[in-house]
Amino acid sequence: MPDDVVGAEVRMLLGDEAVALAALHSGISAAYAYPGTPATEILEALAFHGDKPATWCANEKTAYEQALGMSMAGKRALVSMKHVGLNVAADPFMNSAVVHPIGGLVLAVADDPGMHSSQNEQDSRFYADFARVPCLEPADPQQAYDMTREAFEVSECFRIPVMLRLVTRIAHQRAGVRTSAPREENALAESDRADWVLLPGFARRNWRKRIEQRKEIAGWTESSGHNALTLNDSFRELGVITTGLVRSYFLEVSAALGLTPSHLHIGAYPIPALLVRQLADHVSEILVIEEGYPYVERMLRGLIPPFVSIRGKESGDIPADGELNQEIVWKAFGVEPPHGLAIPMHVAERPPRLCDGCPHIDAYNALTAVLGEYESPLVTSDIGCYTLGALPPIGVGQSCVCMGASIGMAKGAAEAGVRPVVAVIGDSTFLHSGITPLMDAVAGNTNMTLLILDNDVVAMTGTQPTLLPSSRIADIVRGIGVPPEHCHVFESHPRRTAELTELLRKEIAHGGLSAVIVHRPCIEAARQSRKARAS
Amino acid sequence: MKFDIIVAGVGGQGVLSIGAIVSAAAMRSGLRAVQSEVHGMSQRGGAVVSHLRLADREIHSPTIAHGGADLIIGLEPLESLRYVDFLAAGGSLISATEPVLNIPDYPPIEEVLMSILRLPRGRVIEATKIAREAGAVKAANVVMVGAAVDFLPVDAAEVRCAIADAFRSKGERLLGANLAAFEAGQRAMQHRELVDEFETFVLTN
Ligand code: SF4
Repeated sequence: MPDDVVGAEVRMLLGDEAVALAALHSGISAAYAYPGTPATEILEALAFHGDKPATWCANEKTAYEQALGMSMAGKRALVSMKHVGLNVAADPFMNSAVVHPIGGLVLAVADDPGMHSSQNEQDSRFYADFARVPCLEPADPQQAYDMTREAFEVSECFRIPVMLRLVTRIAHQRAGVRTSAPREENALAESDRADWVLLPGFARRNWRKRIEQRKEIAGWTESSGHNALTLNDSFRELGVITTGLVRSYFLEVSAALGLTPSHLHIGAYPIPALLVRQLADHVSEILVIEEGYPYVERMLRGLIPPFVSIRGKESGDIPADGELNQEIVWKAFGVEPPHGLAIPMHVAERPPRLCDGCPHIDAYNALTAVLGEYESPLVTSDIGCYTLGALPPIGVGQSCVCMGASIGMAKGAAEAGVRPVVAVIGDSTFLHSGITPLMDAVAGNTNMTLLILDNDVVAMTGTQPTLLPSSRIADIVRGIGVPPEHCHVFESHPRRTAELTELLRKEIAHGGLSAVIVHRPCIEAARQSRKARAS
Repeated sequence: MKFDIIVAGVGGQGVLSIGAIVSAAAMRSGLRAVQSEVHGMSQRGGAVVSHLRLADREIHSPTIAHGGADLIIGLEPLESLRYVDFLAAGGSLISATEPVLNIPDYPPIEEVLMSILRLPRGRVIEATKIAREAGAVKAANVVMVGAAVDFLPVDAAEVRCAIADAFRSKGERLLGANLAAFEAGQRAMQHRELVDEFETFVLTN
């Protein structure tokens, strides 16, 4: 650890960086992640500041499992991912709640309400509830730091994984953070087989222990300083519940409006039922303002008397999709927010696009030329910079659903009778989730073409290195069983587009499974490494 | 005291560095700063915006409400206009003149600049040209910091220190060029005649 970050007074840190620093100060022995906005900077900051291994993994599932192994050995570990990454890691996550972690195990997961860089806005608090693990939800970067530190303590105290739920505006908010004294790493410990072997007999016992533990954990959230109830005796009509980030909007707007309703802020879950009931006893209506899905709002009905009405996203008082902001909170209080100046002219949209000279453009040019020769070709695409190929002027790609889906969906569509079908996927996405569906395609000798766009990096999230070089990717594709004569590695260059077109034409026409790995480094990554070398 | 700033531009123009410099200067001056940043997908040549809030007391919301911004710093003229509805009644907008033409339906640039200049407190400055003259063509964002510095609730000397801190590790040449870019931006905004001359030119042609 460089001296300047330890015990420093106040530093401007991103919420993500605050989590990273807190994990280091909590004595983690390693951190694991797969890049994904808005969580990427957690591991990047760890790799930058720390002297502990901070490892990019093949995907979120493998990352989670490595953290779990670390915990089993007695050491503390942080695993971080974006919200949809938790779908991939759901298997180890759900089951890690049935084992008994030894070293503190903290999952930092960043939701993306408003879908700034994601395909949905799922709310990870449901996962915490589903697995029955505690969840902490910071309101600002300082709390991101403090709660991460606390999460490790809570994890070891209850021997349970703890979720830290971030949202984009916390992850990517930079503010002053005060740090506290770092702690040493844990020593190695021996684990008890009964705690870790989830054979039904052990699993039942462990799960029953978890259920019994609910009371203790509830005691922790009821008395946690992160759950704060303020009752106003002279204001009985309305009580407000906020969670995480939303406290900042509430404080801003209530100050502007001069409102002081009774207020319960929730930063630690499970929901503190006693505090909720205390609030309900005090008011005739509760307004729930939370970022994400109406999680607290839906749980409330089972906790409070039926004559207390509930307003929020379910009732339509607050928009059910997108991000919250101050304006929405003004409106929830029935007050029209202030307006700014009128925008004086139409401002055209400026969506993200592929960089000029991006290697994907060559591949798309060749692919477009070949597909133009067919009546109704189908291109299933995947998640990465190349997804932007779906937008004009390129216009290639009919789907983008989840990591690796291009390949499985291509197989399904081919079996439905579509000809030709091409699956487009990046190198890192292929390694993340593309290998298993490719096995299915090999087993079925599916009539489809796999186009791997290999640019050496995870470009979209900031050019993190791909786990394996392209030569190895070809080995995998052939090793699984794609016939070698129909598996090609093509070193791409704009000058070689005609050659690539010819190759794609041949392989797309081939009546079985074929794969073309088009390799050319991301130019943004090249630019960054030039810059890094220069400074 | 509170001072809310929106920094707008296109991915790759250095929007986030402006926030980093200004917030570092604010912290040096004993103020608090909160910056809300956009990372990820939007940075691929798309519109990028950052909300920067400075105050001498606790700051709650990381984002600025519509009608709340005291200043918009635009690194690109169309992007400056995109957030005009965030500007407070007495707020100012300072925009670079040079467009980033990476969309097919970019309106005529004269129309864009004219719309900015017709705002109550809209100013434009040839940031890239000034940066080139200062010897750092990529420092248009630092020129904009210079152009904005007299509007900020922070001393120019503190901002200069923050820039020096940010570029010290990048070598003597870049450090010097960026400080020159900063000063040139500040001078250009202070020498209203030059700016006015340019603005009159835009408004009458
Ligand atoms: S970052 Fe790399 S892969 Fe992404 S658009 Fe730019 S050049 Fe292409």
